[in-house]
Amino acid sequence: MILKVVFLLVSLFTVGSALMVVTHKNLFSSALFLVASFFGVAALYVLLEAEFLAVAQVLIYVGAIATLIIFAIMLTRGMMSGRTSPRNDQAAWAGLASVVLGLVLLYVVVFRVQWPVVEKPVPPDTIEQLGRALVGRYVVPFEVASVLLLAALVGAVLIAREKEV
Amino acid sequence: MLNTYAVIGLYALVALTFPFIVLLFARLVRPSKPNPLKNSTYECGMETIGDTWVQFRAQYYLFALVFVVFDVEVVFLYPWAVAYGKLGLFALVEMALFIGLLAVALVYAWRKGILEWQ
Repeated sequence: MILKVVFLLVSLFTVGSALMVVTHKNLFSSALFLVASFFGVAALYVLLEAEFLAVAQVLIYVGAIATLIIFAIMLTRGMMSGRTSPRNDQAAWAGLASVVLGLVLLYVVVFRVQWPVVEKPVPPDTIEQLGRALVGRYVVPFEVASVLLLAALVGAVLIAREKEV
Repeated sequence: MLNTYAVIGLYALVALTFPFIVLLFARLVRPSKPNPLKNSTYECGMETIGDTWVQFRAQYYLFALVFVVFDVEVVFLYPWAVAYGKLGLFALVEMALFIGLLAVALVYAWRKGILEWQ
Protein backbone atom coordinates (compact mmCIF):
# COMPACT_ATOMS: atom_id res chain seq x y z
CA MET A 1 0.00 0.00 0.00
CA ILE A 2 2.72 2.47 1.03
CA LEU A 3 4.78 1.23 -1.91
CA LYS A 4 1.94 2.07 -4.29
CA VAL A 5 1.63 5.59 -2.86
CA VAL A 6 5.39 6.11 -3.15
CA PHE A 7 5.33 4.78 -6.70
CA LEU A 8 2.50 7.15 -7.64
CA LEU A 9 4.28 10.15 -6.10
CA VAL A 10 7.57 9.29 -7.80
CA SER A 11 5.84 8.72 -11.14
CA LEU A 12 3.99 12.02 -10.83
CA PHE A 13 7.29 13.77 -10.07
CA THR A 14 9.02 12.10 -13.03
CA VAL A 15 6.25 12.70 -15.58
CA GLY A 16 5.63 16.23 -14.26
CA SER A 17 9.32 17.11 -14.66
CA ALA A 18 9.35 15.56 -18.13
CA LEU A 19 6.32 17.67 -19.09
CA MET A 20 8.10 20.78 -17.83
CA VAL A 21 11.09 19.86 -20.02
CA VAL A 22 9.00 20.11 -23.18
CA THR A 23 6.75 23.00 -22.16
CA HIS A 24 9.11 25.40 -20.40
CA LYS A 25 10.00 28.52 -22.37
CA ASN A 26 13.60 28.74 -21.20
CA LEU A 27 15.78 25.98 -22.60
CA PHE A 28 18.19 26.12 -19.66
CA SER A 29 15.34 25.55 -17.19
CA SER A 30 14.19 22.64 -19.38
CA ALA A 31 17.62 21.05 -18.94
CA LEU A 32 17.34 21.42 -15.15
CA PHE A 33 13.88 19.81 -15.19
CA LEU A 34 15.41 16.98 -17.25
CA VAL A 35 17.81 16.38 -14.34
CA ALA A 36 14.83 16.19 -11.96
CA SER A 37 13.17 13.69 -14.30
CA PHE A 38 16.36 11.58 -14.38
CA PHE A 39 16.35 11.48 -10.57
CA GLY A 40 12.73 10.35 -10.67
CA VAL A 41 13.63 7.49 -13.01
CA ALA A 42 16.43 6.49 -10.62
CA ALA A 43 13.87 6.36 -7.79
CA LEU A 44 11.67 4.13 -9.98
CA TYR A 45 14.61 1.76 -10.46
CA VAL A 46 15.03 1.62 -6.67
CA LEU A 47 11.33 0.73 -6.33
CA LEU A 48 11.93 -2.09 -8.82
CA GLU A 49 14.82 -3.26 -6.60
CA ALA A 50 17.29 -2.65 -9.42
CA GLU A 51 19.94 -1.04 -7.27
CA PHE A 52 22.76 -0.98 -9.78
CA LEU A 53 20.54 0.53 -12.48
CA ALA A 54 19.56 3.28 -10.05
CA VAL A 55 23.21 4.03 -9.25
CA ALA A 56 24.14 3.95 -12.94
CA GLN A 57 21.17 6.21 -13.73
CA VAL A 58 22.36 8.81 -11.22
CA LEU A 59 26.01 8.56 -12.30
CA ILE A 60 25.54 8.41 -16.07
CA TYR A 61 22.35 10.35 -16.73
CA VAL A 62 22.43 12.89 -13.91
CA GLY A 63 26.22 13.06 -13.75
CA ALA A 64 27.44 12.79 -17.31
CA ILE A 65 24.62 13.31 -19.81
CA ALA A 66 22.93 16.16 -17.96
CA THR A 67 26.33 17.86 -17.58
CA LEU A 68 26.97 17.59 -21.32
CA ILE A 69 23.49 18.91 -22.17
CA ILE A 70 23.80 21.86 -19.79
CA PHE A 71 27.29 22.64 -21.08
CA ALA A 72 26.08 22.45 -24.68
CA ILE A 73 23.32 24.97 -23.88
CA MET A 74 25.69 27.27 -22.00
CA LEU A 75 28.16 27.22 -24.89
CA THR A 76 25.61 27.95 -27.62
CA ARG A 77 25.28 31.52 -28.77
CA GLY A 78 21.77 32.90 -28.30
CA MET A 79 20.57 29.96 -26.20
CA MET A 80 21.64 31.70 -23.02
CA SER A 81 19.64 34.85 -23.67
CA GLY A 82 16.69 33.29 -21.85
CA ARG A 83 14.34 34.67 -24.48
CA THR A 84 14.58 32.25 -27.38
CA SER A 85 11.78 29.73 -27.22
CA PRO A 86 12.72 26.23 -28.39
CA ARG A 87 9.30 25.99 -30.05
CA ASN A 88 8.30 26.79 -33.61
CA ASP A 89 5.08 26.57 -35.63
CA GLN A 90 5.43 22.79 -35.97
CA ALA A 91 5.08 22.27 -32.20
CA ALA A 92 1.45 21.08 -32.38
CA TRP A 93 2.12 18.45 -35.07
CA ALA A 94 5.29 17.30 -33.32
CA GLY A 95 3.32 16.95 -30.08
CA LEU A 96 0.61 14.93 -31.80
CA ALA A 97 3.14 12.65 -33.51
CA SER A 98 4.94 12.09 -30.18
CA VAL A 99 1.71 11.20 -28.37
CA VAL A 100 0.63 8.74 -31.10
CA LEU A 101 4.07 7.13 -31.26
CA GLY A 102 4.18 6.90 -27.46
CA LEU A 103 0.77 5.22 -27.29
CA VAL A 104 1.68 2.73 -30.04
CA LEU A 105 4.95 1.82 -28.32
CA LEU A 106 3.17 1.49 -24.96
CA TYR A 107 0.53 -0.80 -26.50
CA VAL A 108 3.20 -3.04 -28.04
CA VAL A 109 5.33 -3.15 -24.90
CA VAL A 110 2.44 -3.83 -22.51
CA PHE A 111 0.17 -6.13 -24.53
CA ARG A 112 2.16 -7.64 -27.39
CA VAL A 113 5.57 -8.54 -25.95
CA GLN A 114 5.85 -11.83 -24.04
CA TRP A 115 8.09 -10.81 -21.15
CA PRO A 116 10.02 -13.70 -19.61
CA VAL A 117 9.07 -14.25 -15.98
CA VAL A 118 11.43 -15.68 -13.34
CA GLU A 119 9.64 -16.98 -10.26
CA LYS A 120 12.39 -15.98 -7.85
CA PRO A 121 12.85 -13.01 -5.50
CA VAL A 122 15.62 -10.53 -6.31
CA PRO A 123 18.78 -11.58 -4.44
CA PRO A 124 19.87 -8.98 -1.89
CA ASP A 125 23.52 -8.82 -3.04
CA THR A 126 23.12 -8.07 -6.75
CA ILE A 127 25.79 -5.38 -6.82
CA GLU A 128 28.30 -7.66 -5.09
CA GLN A 129 27.57 -10.44 -7.58
CA LEU A 130 28.02 -7.97 -10.40
CA GLY A 131 31.35 -6.84 -8.97
CA ARG A 132 32.55 -10.43 -8.74
CA ALA A 133 31.40 -11.18 -12.29
CA LEU A 134 33.19 -8.09 -13.60
CA VAL A 135 36.62 -9.22 -12.42
CA GLY A 136 35.88 -12.93 -12.83
CA ARG A 137 33.80 -14.21 -15.68
CA TYR A 138 33.60 -10.98 -17.66
CA VAL A 139 37.12 -9.73 -17.11
CA VAL A 140 37.94 -9.40 -20.83
CA PRO A 141 34.91 -7.18 -21.68
CA PHE A 142 35.69 -5.25 -18.52
CA GLU A 143 39.23 -4.43 -19.64
CA VAL A 144 38.03 -3.78 -23.20
CA ALA A 145 35.61 -1.21 -21.74
CA SER A 146 38.63 0.58 -20.32
CA VAL A 147 40.28 0.63 -23.77
CA LEU A 148 37.01 1.92 -25.23
CA LEU A 149 36.90 4.77 -22.71
CA LEU A 150 40.53 5.58 -23.52
CA ALA A 151 39.74 5.67 -27.24
CA ALA A 152 36.63 7.79 -26.59
CA LEU A 153 38.60 10.40 -24.66
CA VAL A 154 41.43 10.53 -27.22
CA GLY A 155 38.88 10.90 -30.03
CA ALA A 156 36.91 13.54 -28.15
CA VAL A 157 40.05 15.54 -27.42
CA LEU A 158 41.14 15.34 -31.08
CA ILE A 159 37.74 16.53 -32.33
CA ALA A 160 36.98 19.13 -29.69
CA ARG A 161 40.35 20.84 -29.50
CA GLU A 162 40.18 24.20 -31.21
CA LYS A 163 43.50 23.98 -33.05
CA GLU A 164 47.11 22.86 -32.70
CA VAL A 165 48.77 24.72 -29.85
CA MET B 1 16.54 -3.49 0.62
CA LEU B 2 13.73 -1.00 0.14
CA ASN B 3 13.86 -0.12 3.84
CA THR B 4 17.44 1.12 3.52
CA TYR B 5 16.39 3.22 0.52
CA ALA B 6 13.42 4.60 2.47
CA VAL B 7 15.99 6.43 4.63
CA ILE B 8 17.49 7.99 1.49
CA GLY B 9 14.01 8.89 0.25
CA LEU B 10 13.16 10.53 3.57
CA TYR B 11 16.47 12.39 3.49
CA ALA B 12 15.77 13.62 -0.06
CA LEU B 13 12.28 14.72 0.96
CA VAL B 14 13.61 16.71 3.93
CA ALA B 15 16.39 18.21 1.78
CA LEU B 16 13.86 19.25 -0.87
CA THR B 17 11.37 20.84 1.51
CA PHE B 18 13.87 22.43 3.92
CA PRO B 19 14.75 25.50 1.77
CA PHE B 20 11.05 26.29 1.21
CA ILE B 21 10.26 25.98 4.92
CA VAL B 22 13.16 28.25 5.85
CA LEU B 23 12.20 30.89 3.26
CA LEU B 24 8.55 30.72 4.29
CA PHE B 25 9.47 31.06 7.97
CA ALA B 26 11.76 33.99 7.18
CA ARG B 27 8.94 35.69 5.30
CA LEU B 28 6.66 35.30 8.33
CA VAL B 29 9.02 36.70 10.96
CA ARG B 30 11.11 39.33 9.15
CA PRO B 31 10.17 43.02 8.99
CA SER B 32 9.48 44.23 5.43
CA LYS B 33 10.95 47.67 4.66
CA PRO B 34 12.20 47.49 1.05
CA ASN B 35 13.99 50.32 -0.76
CA PRO B 36 15.64 50.40 -4.22
CA LEU B 37 19.14 49.95 -2.79
CA LYS B 38 18.13 46.89 -0.77
CA ASN B 39 16.39 45.33 -3.75
CA SER B 40 19.32 45.76 -6.14
CA THR B 41 21.14 42.65 -7.40
CA TYR B 42 24.55 42.06 -5.89
CA GLU B 43 27.19 39.38 -5.84
CA CYS B 44 29.61 39.03 -2.91
CA GLY B 45 28.54 42.51 -1.79
CA MET B 46 29.44 44.06 -5.17
CA GLU B 47 27.08 45.13 -7.92
CA THR B 48 27.04 42.64 -10.80
CA ILE B 49 28.74 43.55 -14.09
CA GLY B 50 27.11 42.74 -17.43
CA ASP B 51 24.40 40.27 -18.37
CA THR B 52 23.87 37.12 -16.31
CA TRP B 53 23.00 35.02 -19.38
CA VAL B 54 26.27 34.92 -21.31
CA GLN B 55 27.76 32.43 -23.72
CA PHE B 56 30.41 30.37 -21.96
CA ARG B 57 33.82 29.56 -23.40
CA ALA B 58 34.01 26.39 -25.48
CA GLN B 59 36.98 25.23 -23.43
CA TYR B 60 34.65 24.24 -20.62
CA TYR B 61 33.36 21.47 -22.87
CA LEU B 62 36.74 19.73 -22.88
CA PHE B 63 36.75 19.63 -19.09
CA ALA B 64 33.24 18.15 -19.27
CA LEU B 65 34.43 15.45 -21.69
CA VAL B 66 37.29 14.43 -19.40
CA PHE B 67 34.86 14.42 -16.48
CA VAL B 68 32.40 12.17 -18.33
CA VAL B 69 35.05 9.51 -19.00
CA PHE B 70 35.95 9.29 -15.33
CA ASP B 71 32.28 9.41 -14.37
CA VAL B 72 31.73 6.26 -16.43
CA GLU B 73 34.77 4.73 -14.74
CA VAL B 74 33.04 5.15 -11.37
CA VAL B 75 30.14 2.99 -12.60
CA PHE B 76 32.61 0.11 -13.06
CA LEU B 77 34.48 0.93 -9.86
CA TYR B 78 31.34 0.81 -7.74
CA PRO B 79 30.35 -2.91 -7.95
CA TRP B 80 34.02 -3.83 -7.69
CA ALA B 81 34.35 -1.80 -4.47
CA VAL B 82 31.19 -3.40 -3.02
CA ALA B 83 32.56 -6.90 -3.68
CA TYR B 84 36.14 -5.97 -2.73
CA GLY B 85 36.12 -7.79 0.61
CA LYS B 86 35.45 -11.12 -1.09
CA LEU B 87 37.85 -10.73 -3.99
CA GLY B 88 41.44 -11.83 -4.20
CA LEU B 89 44.64 -10.09 -5.22
CA PHE B 90 43.96 -10.81 -8.89
CA ALA B 91 40.88 -8.55 -8.82
CA LEU B 92 43.06 -5.74 -7.49
CA VAL B 93 45.51 -6.23 -10.39
CA GLU B 94 42.64 -6.22 -12.88
CA MET B 95 41.24 -2.99 -11.50
CA ALA B 96 44.74 -1.46 -11.43
CA LEU B 97 45.02 -2.29 -15.14
CA PHE B 98 41.59 -0.74 -15.77
CA ILE B 99 42.45 2.46 -13.92
CA GLY B 100 45.95 2.48 -15.41
CA LEU B 101 44.56 2.55 -18.93
CA LEU B 102 42.29 5.45 -18.01
CA ALA B 103 45.24 7.20 -16.39
CA VAL B 104 46.87 7.02 -19.84
CA ALA B 105 43.84 8.91 -21.17
CA LEU B 106 44.29 11.57 -18.50
CA VAL B 107 48.02 11.85 -19.27
CA TYR B 108 47.18 12.20 -22.97
CA ALA B 109 44.71 15.01 -22.24
CA TRP B 110 47.28 16.63 -19.96
CA ARG B 111 50.09 16.41 -22.53
CA LYS B 112 47.82 17.89 -25.20
CA GLY B 113 47.28 20.90 -22.94
CA ILE B 114 43.57 20.27 -22.44
CA LEU B 115 43.78 20.88 -18.71
CA GLU B 116 45.47 24.26 -19.10
CA TRP B 117 43.35 27.37 -19.12
CA GLN B 118 44.12 29.60 -22.07
